[in-house]
Amino acid sequence: MASFDVMPDVQLYQPVELDDALNLADELGDEGWLLGGGQDTYGWLKDRAKQPRAMIDLNGIEALHGISETNDGIEIGAATTLREIIRDERVNRDYSLLVEAAGRVASPQIRNVGTLGGNLSQDTRCWYYRRGLDCYRAGGNICYANGPESMNREHAVIGASRCVAVSPSDTATALVALEATMVARSVKGERTIAAEDFFVGPDTHITQMTSLKAGEILTAVRIPAKWAGKKFYFEKVADRDVWDFALVSIAVAMSMDGDTIGDSRFVCGGVACTPHRLTNVERAVRGKSLSEESAEAVAPMASEGTKPLNYNHFKLPLMENLVRRAMRG
Amino acid sequence: MNPQLSRRRFIKAVIASSVAAASSSGIHSALAQDRPRGAVERLISLNINGQTRRVDVSPQETLAHTLRYKLGLTGTKIGCNRGECGACTVIIDGVTNYSCSTLTHSVRTRAVQTVEGVQSADGSLHPVQQAFIDELSPQCGFCTPGQVMSAVALLQENPKPTRDEVRHAMAGNLCRCGAYDHYLNGVMRASGQNS
Ligand SMILES: Cc1cc2nc3c(=O)[nH]c(=O)nc-3n(C[C@H](O)[C@H](O)[C@H](O)COP(=O)(O)OP(=O)(O)OC[C@H]3O[C@@H](n4cnc5c(N)ncnc54)[C@H](O)[C@@H]3O)c2cc1C
Ligand code: SF4
Ligand code: FES
Ligand code: FES
Repeated sequence: MASFDVMPDVQLYQPVELDDALNLADELGDEGWLLGGGQDTYGWLKDRAKQPRAMIDLNGIEALHGISETNDGIEIGAATTLREIIRDERVNRDYSLLVEAAGRVASPQIRNVGTLGGNLSQDTRCWYYRRGLDCYRAGGNICYANGPESMNREHAVIGASRCVAVSPSDTATALVALEATMVARSVKGERTIAAEDFFVGPDTHITQMTSLKAGEILTAVRIPAKWAGKKFYFEKVADRDVWDFALVSIAVAMSMDGDTIGDSRFVCGGVACTPHRLTNVERAVRGKSLSEESAEAVAPMASEGTKPLNYNHFKLPLMENLVRRAMRG
Repeated sequence: MNPQLSRRRFIKAVIASSVAAASSSGIHSALAQDRPRGAVERLISLNINGQTRRVDVSPQETLAHTLRYKLGLTGTKIGCNRGECGACTVIIDGVTNYSCSTLTHSVRTRAVQTVEGVQSADGSLHPVQQAFIDELSPQCGFCTPGQVMSAVALLQENPKPTRDEVRHAMAGNLCRCGAYDHYLNGVMRASGQNS
């Protein structure tokens, strides 16, 4: 398939009021394309693999920018850049898990313009799909990544259903661990969605990565005080430290009572179509301390229930080792 | 509310030469009012290297394209055109961006600096450029303009970085010749530290 040097003909709107953006999104529906930093967008358009009629640039809308305190934690506007998040004092103090995850996204230049909303709403990186093939996710009737000769080293090891693509977002795993809430707006009003329900797998909706509907804009992400300043662990394994997406990553939040773990959230990225919670590990670590011994005891549980494809068995020991490292303390 | 924004309380539509999403809705009648239908705001002013440049820009055009093919500023290179190499790095309001992955229309109100704009008015090289020469940093030179821009932006913000800070700040600039350590030496020298 040809790759082009230039962008295709597409219209551009640059509203400065959220209401105007919502009206445009409503009117354009499937033919509109929301634009944050554009770092996921331009590849799709340059390849002509997605062909929206118009882009709605959200960057000029003041209401979508910034990080503020709420009576239960903080709220981050969807058009806030990853750079701003990484440098924010309060986020560093209370939610360093998000800072670490955002700091591992792509490259400095991409983090300088990439928005939190765009990072969370970005589409999967399955290259068959990204090259414009008519697979299930593109509305077709086949998965090119799951045949005998398919190259599926980066694909899912759990939770697949026809489509075996994985969630590419680094901030998504951290925000599921932090029990964030997504705020979505449309011309009809506002709704809030738990981070875990925001990301959807192929069994729920095979052509979408999120539960956002056409015409809806993610306006903000709320992180509850519950996890502020808790014990965190983040690690991302990728081929290169820059640009590459997670092969497997882990975001962990633990509430410690002295030396023992109480509530915890263990979330893996790069293994399923959504951030994947290791609920069995979360149950098993309750009451344990961070030590070599408990690391050994719970690590093997990390890969329970997985079904690797031809080329991605290596992800199973990675999942286990990341849990092991998180538990060493 | 910022008065400048409220004065601009209409949708600034940049309409492709063909047809606007014309309908009778509120938005488009507002549009028709503020901007006669079909009047394409394509002729815009950009602030490039401290100069105002008037240029005709299509809605979807990337900054790398405008710089190279409309303004003759070919120091900015296009390597991958995908945000994967950094050859096209420019500084926008003090922050590095991939110009291949930036819409020109999004920088209308901002200050753009390219590699052509880093030397001083009398033509003497920027300390980063001089240090790259002294350290023989480039090999083939294709990635060099991008490396210069990342280094200039870093030193503006952090004049005495550690070697590790330089490594991180320059991480978004690929060098297919693998001259990374030589660029690192150059940035350390430019910051007045032993490399
Ligand atoms: C070379 C390269 C490497 C990358 N590596 C990584 C990586 O390691 N980790 C990672 O997580 N990502 C990575 N990315 C993906 C992505 O570009 C960045 O994560 C970036 O943060 C996306 O944000 P954006 O604002 O630029 O997205 P955009 O391209 O602007 O938007 C992405 C998608 O989200 C939608 N969208 C944007 N804002 C909203 C909103 N407010 N409400 C609803 N929908 C919205 C858009 O319509 C679009 O479909 C990489 C990208 C590139 C090009
Ligand atoms: S994994 Fe999903 S996105 Fe990739 S080819 Fe299969 S159906 Fe398409
Ligand atoms: S040309 Fe822009 S990053 Fe490669
Ligand atoms: S010097 Fe050749 S690509 Fe860097």
